[in-house]
Formats: sequence, structure tokens, C-alpha cells
Amino acid sequence: MSDERKGELVLRADDVAASYGAIEVLHGVSMELRAGEMLAIVGPNGAGKSTLLKVLAGTLTRQRGRVELFGRELESYDRRRLAQLVAAVAQENSVAFQFSVLEAVLMGRAPHLGAFHFETRRDLEVAHSALEYFDLLALARRPIQELSGGERKRVFLARALAQEARIALLDEPTAFLDLKHVADIFARFRTLCAERGMALVATLHDLNAAALYADRVMLMKDGTAVASGSPEAVFTESNLRAVYDTEVYVGRNPSNGALIILPAAHRG
Amino acid sequence: MNAATNLEAFEGAYLTRSRMMTWLLILATALLATLVVAASIGSAPVNMMRAFTDTTSADRAIFFGVRLPRVLMGALVGAVLASSGVALQALVRNPLAEGGILGISGGAALGAIIALVFLSTSAASDALVPIIAFGSALIATLAVYRLSLIAGRLEPFTLLLIGVIFNAFWGAAIMLINSVVNFYYAHNILFWLMGSLEAPSYREVEIVGALAALGFAVLIFHARDMNLLSLGDEAAAEMGVEVDRLRRVIFFATSVMIGAAVSVSGIISFVGLIVPHMLRIALGSDHRLLLPASLLGGAAFMVIADLVARVAIAPAEIPVGAITALCGGPFFIYMLRREGRKPFSF
Repeated sequence: MSDERKGELVLRADDVAASYGAIEVLHGVSMELRAGEMLAIVGPNGAGKSTLLKVLAGTLTRQRGRVELFGRELESYDRRRLAQLVAAVAQENSVAFQFSVLEAVLMGRAPHLGAFHFETRRDLEVAHSALEYFDLLALARRPIQELSGGERKRVFLARALAQEARIALLDEPTAFLDLKHVADIFARFRTLCAERGMALVATLHDLNAAALYADRVMLMKDGTAVASGSPEAVFTESNLRAVYDTEVYVGRNPSNGALIILPAAHRG
Repeated sequence: MNAATNLEAFEGAYLTRSRMMTWLLILATALLATLVVAASIGSAPVNMMRAFTDTTSADRAIFFGVRLPRVLMGALVGAVLASSGVALQALVRNPLAEGGILGISGGAALGAIIALVFLSTSAASDALVPIIAFGSALIATLAVYRLSLIAGRLEPFTLLLIGVIFNAFWGAAIMLINSVVNFYYAHNILFWLMGSLEAPSYREVEIVGALAALGFAVLIFHARDMNLLSLGDEAAAEMGVEVDRLRRVIFFATSVMIGAAVSVSGIISFVGLIVPHMLRIALGSDHRLLLPASLLGGAAFMVIADLVARVAIAPAEIPVGAITALCGGPFFIYMLRREGRKPFSF
């Protein structure tokens, strides 16, 4: 990617609030995202992480605040244009009818295709590379319904990648995945950020993964952002204790110096 | 990614234009053959040579005046029921949806029956009944749709249940009308409830054909969006689909189509379920193929069912709706069990 594109402000949320029905679950959150950057959103269950992602994706209407995408208000984009810029993968995904893995990944090309267009060779190549990226080539012909939870998760990540968007919003991308695939996928996310200047927001429960792979972390609790910054700055014992309401140990991995976070509550 | 990317492994795992064209050609040929066969068979023997050459013959009168419009109408109604079934299944993300089950056909039938009872003497009733049927199909659809919205969100399963309730409700309303009108109407109403293709006019064929074409054109334009909708509302929106707008469009288009079909044939059940299911298993779920395939397959299916209805106990006739339901029910269960697939794959 070109250097001037790296570091470009791609997404900005300012004092965003959102509710489900009458209950406000997000009370004024602000954030920024730059090209080539990976931001991890962490926090306990019900902190508003997924809600924030939905607001950023434009699928949940916010109560107040402002979201800017490439310097323009989110609402000024139509859905199709939005889909060319932002890809999203929800926490849970289901497919109503029987589609092959390849068909599902090719659906990611829809924002780039007209109503009567068939996928071109280039679309297939994009899908091929997305499948390869997530170790799915061998499963391309299989119906999604026959896959395991972890394999299915990777299919939806591959679909988002095939969308060739500038920003990816991923809700728990590594849930259901085994250790190897978690490591692989984060490594690949890093490559995408570095090589394509993609900007990535992922909600994570795994604090160690967030510390290891994310450029910046945002710590959320009860619908507000408690802390935001580098993993070292945010993952302090006092911050984590306050947010998770439990004792936490923060140390360093002796083999590589990486931050490690462990529960430190006493047994029994 | 490089130019040497080997895409051969993808062969057959996704829809190409040539695969779509091949299948549509096969189905179109099958439909044409069905039309020819069905038009040449009937309770009264027809000399085809005479029908085409002698303009004053009885053969001509039977073939062109009675049999051909009926076969054409059967094809139209089958095409409408099957393709609207596919669209509604995509809409509610459930393979058990269909115009009848969602209460759309019942609403259309009630409207048409009311129109029939009050307008039967008017000369314009031929054209008015389909329009009123469409109007009441739309009202039924809107009622089902509005009542299924919970906190602004459409819950597909709620929609299905509300549809089933409305379907029973319309049926009861029709029975109520049936019990208060005189015998002449009562016989007609019975045929409406059973579904029949008896004696349509060319004018009716034209009206239903035009409305069906209009509705289908709208549906096919949104075929790719229907694929995306099977990933869920949110995922579809994130991939560029205006979901609420798509829902309204599908509802409106299917109401037009079903209203038109019901206005001439009454309630014919199962076609909108069986045909899409068979085709989904044979051709996959891509709506760009599934929609036109069900249009052709539904037409052929209905023409065959009506042929059976006409000749099975000739010269008497079985309502075609009874045929589709009698064959359809067991077949449907057999298919679901044989396939061993989860019918509700949410």
C-alpha cells in the first residue's frame, strides 16, 4: 500500500449512543480508526461491544452522536456503497438454505456486481484467495451446513475478505476457533492491515490475543469506553480489576516479552 | 493472487451463466412438451388435423376454445405459485413459506368471492375480479406483515405462524359467506376453495399473464438480494441490500402474482412448496437460477396436475387443487425424510 494511505483516518465515532427499544445500551462512545490499524474492543459481557459495531456498520440506528466514514457522515452513503467500504461479520451467523462454501464466499462480491451480472474470473480469483487465506480451499464445494462451528466462522471471515472493503468490523472473530487457527487468523489480519492498509475493528474476549495482536485496545464497560490506547497503557491491573470486577494478574511472557493477562482470583 | 490461480476445483460449485442457461433450456423444453401433450389429451377426442385446418369444426372449437386456454392458464397459475413460493421462502428464510400458508391466497380468495357475489352481473367483472383479488391479497399481506413486526423487526417464524392463523381465518370467512348466499354461488365458492382451472377465457389468460409477468420481472431483478437475505437481515444489509425495501418489494410483487392466479383458479395448495423444494435439491439455492427454474417447473407441474384432474375420472372432473394436495402432501413428507436434511436450517 502507499504510505500516504497508511494512517489515514477512515472511521470516527463521536459521542455515539444507541438503544434497543427503550433501554440505552451505549452511552456516548467515541473512537477513531486509521488505515492499516487493528483496534481490539474488549470488555465484559453486555459492555456494548457488539452494539458499537452495529452502529459503526450502520445496521443499528444511533440515538445521538456522529459517525464519519472517510470524512463523510455515515448516513450519506447508500447501502451498496457502504458495503464496498465496510465489511462486517457478526458473532453468530446462520444460513437459511443450502449454499456451498464457495457460493457463500462469492456473496461477498455482491456489492461490486450488478443485478444481472454473473461472477467474473476476477471475482472467482478474489474468492479463491479469500478461501486460501482462511484455509478453506479443500472445503469449497461443501454445503456450509455440514461444517463445524469453527469452519463456518472462517467461511464468514472469508466472505468479508472477498468483499474487498477498506474496513472490517468483526464481532468475536476467533470464537469457536482452535489455538492454531486463532494464531493463524490474527497473523493474517496483521498482514491485511500491513499490506492492504485495511483497518480492522474486532471485539475480543481473549485479552492475551488482544494484547499480542492489536495496535490499540478500547476497554468498555456498561456502554462506555473506560480506557483506550496501546495494550500496555490499557491493560493495567487496576483498569482490568475495575472493569471485570475480579482480580487480574498482568505480566510478561518470559519467552517473548509479550503482555500476558491471567485471572488471579483465589480458588474456592 | 496471480494469473495462474487454478479455478478448476470450483467447477460446478457455483452458478455460471452457462449452467443457468442449460437448466432453463432443459426446463423450457420439458414445459413445451408438457403443454403439447396436455393440449392434445382430453375427455373428448380431438382430431388435431381438423382443429388446425377446418375453422368451423367442433375439433377446433374444443381445442382452441376450451383446451388451449385452460392449459395455458394452468401453466400461468403454476408458474406464479411456484416462483412466488421461492420468493416468499427467501423472504422469511424458511422453506415452508408459500402464498397459501402465509394467508395471501386466502385473502385473495375472500376478496374475489366477495367481488363475485356482488359484481357477478356486471360485464366488467372479468377484469375486476383479478384486480380486487390482488387488492385483497395485498391487504392480507400487509395485515400479516404488520402483525408480525415486533419492535420494528420482522421475525420470520412469527410471520409464518401469523400467516397460518390468517389463512384459517380467511377460510372461515369464506365458509361464512358460503353459508348465507344462494346455491348457485355456493357451488362456485366451493370450487374456489378447492382450486380449479375450469373454462378460463383468453381475456383472463391475458390479464393473469400480464400481472404474472410484471410481478416476476420485479422478483428476478432482486434474485441476488434474495441470496444475501438467506444470511440474515443484518448480514444482507451489511452486504448492500436495503432489506426493508426488499421485503416490501417482494410482498407487493408476490401479492400481484398470487392475487391474479387466485382470481382465476382459487386456492391451489402445495405447488408453491413442492416445486421449489424439488428444484432446490436438484439445482441448488441460488435464486438467480431457482426463480426462473421454478417459473418453468411450476408451470409444467400444474399442467400435468390439471391433465390428471381433467382425464382421471372423465367425463367428470376433479378440482386440480385436490390433485395437488393429494399428491403433494405425501410427496412432501417423503422428500423431507428421504433428504434427511433439516427442513428448518436457521
